[in-house]
Amino acid sequence: MSTILFFLPLLLVFAVLAIYGERKISAFIQNRYGPMETGYYGLLQTVADLLKLLQKEDIVPRVASKALFLVAPFVIFVAVFAGFSVVPVLPTWQGASINTGVFFLLAIVSLDVIGIIIAGWASNNKYSLLGAVRSASQIISYEVPLTLSVVCVLVVTQSLDLQVISFQQGVLSNSYFADAENYLFGLSFANVNTTEIGGVLTWNILRAPVLIPVWIIFFITTLAESNRAPFDLPEAESELVSGFHTEYSGFRWAIIMLSEYGMMLLTSLLGVILFFGSWNTPFPNIGSIKLASWTTGEVGSMASVFWAVLWLLIKTIIMVFIQMWIRWTYPRVRLDQLMSLGWKYLTPAALVLLFFSALWRLMMV
Amino acid sequence: MTEVTFYFFGILTLASAIFILITKNVLHAALSLVVTLLSVAALYVFTNAEFLAVTQIMIYVGGIVVLIVFGVMLTNDVSGKTIISGSVNRLSGTIITLTVLVMLIYSGQELTPIATKVHNTASIENLGEHLMTTYLLPFEIAALLLLIALVAASIIAGHDLQSKIS
Repeated sequence: MSTILFFLPLLLVFAVLAIYGERKISAFIQNRYGPMETGYYGLLQTVADLLKLLQKEDIVPRVASKALFLVAPFVIFVAVFAGFSVVPVLPTWQGASINTGVFFLLAIVSLDVIGIIIAGWASNNKYSLLGAVRSASQIISYEVPLTLSVVCVLVVTQSLDLQVISFQQGVLSNSYFADAENYLFGLSFANVNTTEIGGVLTWNILRAPVLIPVWIIFFITTLAESNRAPFDLPEAESELVSGFHTEYSGFRWAIIMLSEYGMMLLTSLLGVILFFGSWNTPFPNIGSIKLASWTTGEVGSMASVFWAVLWLLIKTIIMVFIQMWIRWTYPRVRLDQLMSLGWKYLTPAALVLLFFSALWRLMMV
Repeated sequence: MTEVTFYFFGILTLASAIFILITKNVLHAALSLVVTLLSVAALYVFTNAEFLAVTQIMIYVGGIVVLIVFGVMLTNDVSGKTIISGSVNRLSGTIITLTVLVMLIYSGQELTPIATKVHNTASIENLGEHLMTTYLLPFEIAALLLLIALVAASIIAGHDLQSKIS
């Protein structure tokens, strides 16, 4: 219930490190150094930027709709941060244990569109409004394939609770479900039982390999959901200054950036939980070499806490790294390409994959 | 504690709904509608209808209100003029509203609360099973209705486009 004590500090630390990481990764990809002056190897650059941001004047444009302008960044942040409330951290420490876990997460996160629209409209600026309209249309369009790809996973896991989904994907599945059986690739007729082997073999992508293409759709749509390149049309710098947050400064701008990085973290966490084994170890038990059990620990012990947080964060950070890698590798798509990709390719593909996931589920029982 | 939260959301629902009526700025009204729908969703949670509450957020707040706001913004003049909505038919509107209100209060006393009748064990599984068995016909009819609306919308939207091309 109290996972906010974990996620709030995590988000703040993550944002500081991720901005530094983003600069260094982009610099590496573009063959430059990136920040080098502040601190050893530029490590304190983000901290310095943050201190500068907090001292800045909080400017409100004279013709802006004042109350809405002031409240909009917080609407965005609250919508994104509320999504963390159902995310599990440890086998013994989960968020709100509600029946509708993932569904709630998708619903509450979709509210950040309203914050973006308010921000763009209240700024009373052409660039902001265009950015907000683009952002809203993009997020609404990509919500369809995103939800469908999540449904593909739910068909396989048969549960909406993220903690239950986590337990299914590792050696601990027996401690949660008395008669849980995992088979290699989910093919129960081949009768290769992997329940005790665990590790990467019981992650959802290998429990049902049909989820590998589903993950690709999921990943593309989460990029679009968090408004990042190649889908960063809402804040396309070369066309719209910086989109819906053009008029923001200081602390409120920092909150908007924090929400963007929060969205990256949340979608990465969700991807890890749904497809890559959540807090489960990647190492399988091989005969007497119990790698999986060693790197999981007894439930409730300090070792188990250490391993679970370690695996969850490592996998999440790898996902975030891939997001950044793609951002600095691919050029921005055009608006019509964006829409046709979402509606004409991803949505039908997700529907077809949903059908195959259901078929695969039949083989798993 | 539960009662305090219940009344908090009840008052929030009423206050934001009244604000929709009073305000003349269409966008403010649309945003107030967001608050109304969210607090109604919170009230659903009190009746153990968790799935309904999340669906309300997903469809009404995340979908329909966003489309309304979208429509308002696209018809809005970017240069700063806002659309002002007037109020018409005040007398007949008041009469109808009061009649419905009286009817709801009257019939509300006759009804027994739904929450005591429904079994809430593993509600999602139950819901899915019942949708596919007991309530299959209404479910399919609703799906058909949505499909018709979808096809009709794309025909209306594409109609002009077709005549321009040819």
